[in-house]
Amino acid sequence: MNLSEKQTFSRRSFLKTSALASGGMLISFNLFTACKSDVKPPIDISQLNFNDFNAFIKISDEGKVTIFSPNPEIGQGVKTSMPMLIAEELDVPWEDVHIEQGVLDTENYTRQLAGGSQSIRLGWEPLRQTGATAKQMLVNAAAAKWGISPSECKASQGVITNPKGETLGYGDVVKEAALLEVPEDVKLKDSKDFTIIGKNTSNVDLDKIVTGKPLFGLDYKEEGMVYASVLRPPAFGQALESFDDTAARALPGVIDVVVIGEKARAHLESEKKNWTAQLSKSDKVVVIAKTTWDAIKGKKAIKAVWKNDSELESTESHDKVLLDLLNGEKFDTRRKDGNVKKAFANADKILERVYESPFLPHNCMEPMNFFANVTPEKVHLVGPVQTPEDAAKVVSDLLDRKLEDIHLEMTRMGGGFGRRLYGDFVYEAAEIAAKINKPVKMVSTREDDMTTGIYRPAIKYKIAASIKDGKLTGYHLKEAAVNINMYGLIPNFFPAAALENYQVDTANYQSNITTGAWRAPYTNFLASAEQSFFDELAEILEVDRVQLHLDLLENVKKNPEPNIEYSPERLQGVIKMVVDKSNWGKTEAGVYQGFSVYYCHNTHVAEVADIIMENGNPIVKKVTCAIDCGVVVNPLGALNQVKGGIIDGIGHSMYAELTFKDGVPQSNNFNSYQLIRMGQTPEVDVHFVKNDIAPTGLGEPTLPPVGAAVANAIYKATGKRLTKQPYISNMDLEKVVG
Amino acid sequence: MATFNLKINNKKHTVEADEDTPLLWVLRDHIDLVGTKFGCGIGQCGACTVHVDGNAMRSCLLPVSQAEDMSITTIEGLSKDGNHPVQQAWKEIDVPQCGYCQSGQIMTASAFLNQNSNPSNSEIRDAMHGNICRCASYNSIEKAVKVAADKIS
Repeated sequence: MNLSEKQTFSRRSFLKTSALASGGMLISFNLFTACKSDVKPPIDISQLNFNDFNAFIKISDEGKVTIFSPNPEIGQGVKTSMPMLIAEELDVPWEDVHIEQGVLDTENYTRQLAGGSQSIRLGWEPLRQTGATAKQMLVNAAAAKWGISPSECKASQGVITNPKGETLGYGDVVKEAALLEVPEDVKLKDSKDFTIIGKNTSNVDLDKIVTGKPLFGLDYKEEGMVYASVLRPPAFGQALESFDDTAARALPGVIDVVVIGEKARAHLESEKKNWTAQLSKSDKVVVIAKTTWDAIKGKKAIKAVWKNDSELESTESHDKVLLDLLNGEKFDTRRKDGNVKKAFANADKILERVYESPFLPHNCMEPMNFFANVTPEKVHLVGPVQTPEDAAKVVSDLLDRKLEDIHLEMTRMGGGFGRRLYGDFVYEAAEIAAKINKPVKMVSTREDDMTTGIYRPAIKYKIAASIKDGKLTGYHLKEAAVNINMYGLIPNFFPAAALENYQVDTANYQSNITTGAWRAPYTNFLASAEQSFFDELAEILEVDRVQLHLDLLENVKKNPEPNIEYSPERLQGVIKMVVDKSNWGKTEAGVYQGFSVYYCHNTHVAEVADIIMENGNPIVKKVTCAIDCGVVVNPLGALNQVKGGIIDGIGHSMYAELTFKDGVPQSNNFNSYQLIRMGQTPEVDVHFVKNDIAPTGLGEPTLPPVGAAVANAIYKATGKRLTKQPYISNMDLEKVVG
Repeated sequence: MATFNLKINNKKHTVEADEDTPLLWVLRDHIDLVGTKFGCGIGQCGACTVHVDGNAMRSCLLPVSQAEDMSITTIEGLSKDGNHPVQQAWKEIDVPQCGYCQSGQIMTASAFLNQNSNPSNSEIRDAMHGNICRCASYNSIEKAVKVAADKIS
C-alpha cells in the first residue's frame, strides 16, 4: 500500500459509534477489514453489534481516551505504535491515552496476527482514518452546539475551539458526537503537523515489565488451575509405543497421567500442513500436577518406549541430499530473464559458490505454554500466540465446538520470532483440558522447546555468475531447502531486474523434521549468501563493491516492472548513507569493514560491520545501519527493533546451529546451544532515511543483511571467504580464494 | 513434601513443597510472585535471577531447602514503587522489547551496582554477560546500567 492507493471500501464499513450507558462514546472499528484490501465490507452496518468489531476507542465524559490495541504484542512494539497512529489523528495528548490489549474476535475477521513485519504497513492509513473520523465527529458535534459550521472550528490536543476563542473538551461533546452520522471523507494530517507520530514514545507496558507484574502467558493463573508437562517423542520419526507411569503417579504432587493425540490426529486428516502433520502424529503422555515443578518431575519419571515410524534423519544426510539437489537437474524455475545458459556458455570466467545454513530453533525466552479450560459453556484459552484467530479455529474443530464458544485471550509474548505462528501448544492445552475437565496450564521446558520445535530449515544456495570482457553477464541462483522453498516475491528481490540474464531455481527435500517461519524467513540466509557472493564478485570484476551495487541499481531504474517491489532509488539512498555514516574505507589500522545491502519486508537496508581480530577470533565492534522504512512512527521503538534485528542476525550467523543425529536434535538447552550475549555484542549505529513515504515494517528487515556484512569483514581481515554458517564453527574449513 | 519458612521481600512465607523444588517455582507457583521468570532451568540464561542475601543468584538452581534463613529479594521487592535507580534507568532508556528477560537483567544489574557503583564499560559487559536477551536489547541494557550507575553514585 502506498499513500496514493485508495481503500477499496468506505470508512462506514469498519466504523461504528455509540453512546455509552455509563457516559462517553465508543468508536468501534474493524481493524482487519480496514487493513486488508481484499476483504469485502461486512453486511449492512446498522445490523452489526459491538461484537462484530475488534478494536475500540473509548472517550469518557471527562475526555479520557482508551484505545484497545488488537494485534498480538511479541516485542515488536505494536501495542505502542498502532495506538499512536489513532491518537495522532484523533489529536489528543499521548499522556492522556490509556492502552489496553483487545480480545480476539474470531468470527468475522482476519489478520489479528503478528508476522511478516506488516502491522504498521497495513495499519498506517486505516488507523489514522479511524482517529480522524472520530475527531471530525467530535468537531461536528461542537459546531452544532455553537450553531456554526464545523469548518470554523479547530480541534487540537483534545480541545475544540471556535472563532470566538470559546472551547469545548472532547468529553463535553461525546454524547452528541456518538449520535451523528459517520462522515465519509475526512482529511488526514499533513506529516509536518504530526505531534505523536515521529516522537520517541515508551513501550506502554514499561512500568509493568520493570516491576515484574503478570503480563505473559506463563504468568496467567486461575483458581483451581493445575499444570501439565507433555512428553513428546525424543526423535523426529518416532512415536509412542507404550509407557509405564507407576513411578510418576507415586510422586506426591502428581494428580494424573493422561494420553493425548487422538484429537490432533483426527484434525490432521483434514489439515495437511507439514508442521501439524509431523507434530501431531504420535500420542503424547501428559503429567498433570499441582505445580510446574511437580509436572516436570513427573514427566521425568515416565518410562516410555518409542517405536520408529519413519526415517531417523541426520545432519550428515541432509547435507548430502541438499548438495545432490544443487548439483542435479530437478528444479522449479521461479524467475527467468534472458538466457542464463547462453551467458554462461559464452563467459570468459565463471564464479560459482555454495552457501550453507543449518537448522535453527526459535528459542523464545518464554517457553511455549498455554492455558485452557473446557466447560460446557465455553472453551477458555489464554496465552501467547502470534495467530490467535487460526488457533481458535483449529481448537473449535479439534474439540468439535462452535467457534463462538472459543474465547481466546492474548497475553504479552516473551518473544515470537515465528515460533508462535504455529499453534501446536494451544491445541495440546485444549486437548488436555478437554480430557481432565479442569483449568490447566501446559508448560514446556527449555528442553521441550528446543527439541520439539518448528525450525528454520537447513537451506543451501549455489550461486553462479558469468563474466565476459570484464563485465557481469549472467546470474544464476539455485536453492535447495528442507521442506519448503522461498515464497512470494523473493525471487524478484534485488538483484532481480538488474541483469539481462538472470534465473532463480528451487528444489526441496521433504523431511519429517518440522520446519516453519523464523524471523525473516528465507531472506535471513539468502541475503547472507547473495551479499557474500557479490563481495567476491566485485573483487573478481575488479570494481568497487559499493559501486557495483549502485551501477546494478541504475540498470533497474531503466527497466521498471511491476513485479519488482524494491525501489532502486531507495536502495541507492541507503547505500550512500551507510558509506557516509560508517566512514567506509577510512578506518584505522586493525579494523576491517564489510558491506551488505538488502531489501525485504518492504524495507530497504544497508549495513557496514567493523571487526577486529583478537587471538585469531573475529570480534564485531560496530555495525552501522542505514534504513529506509518510510515514516518512522516511533523512533524509540524503531531503534530497538533495528538494533535487536542486527545483533540477533550476528548471533545466529556466527554461533548458532541445531544438528540432528538419528532424528534427535543434538542441542537441548543454552549450555549446548549458543545465543549471542552482551560480551559479543557490537555497538549498533542506526541512521533512518527521512521521508514522508508510508511506513513499512521493522521487526525483520535489518536481520538478513548483517551476516554478509560480518563475513565480508572477516574476509578482509583473514583472506578467508566464509560460506557456511555458523561462521565461527566453520572458519577453519573454508578455502582461501586465490 | 516438607514445610519451609522463607523470607521474601521482607515478608515471611511458609510453603509446603518437595525439598528439591527450585526457589523459582516456589516463587512462581506457591507464592504468586511471577516477576521471576523461567527461561532455561539450568542457570544459563539469568531470567530467574533474584537477590539472596544481597547477591544475584539463579533461583532455578537454588533448592527451596537451602533457601531458608536467607533474605530473598525478587523484582517485586526491589523497590516500593518501581523507583529503584536501575528500574528508573530501564524506563528512561526504554530497554524492553518483549520484556520477558528484563526482571532478571534488572536483578543482575542492581546486585552488581550495589557492589560496584562506578563500573567501567568492560565491567558492565562482564557483569551482564550471563543474562540472555533473545530480542538482543543489549545496547540498551548496557546504556541503562551506565545511567543507573550515574544515579547511584
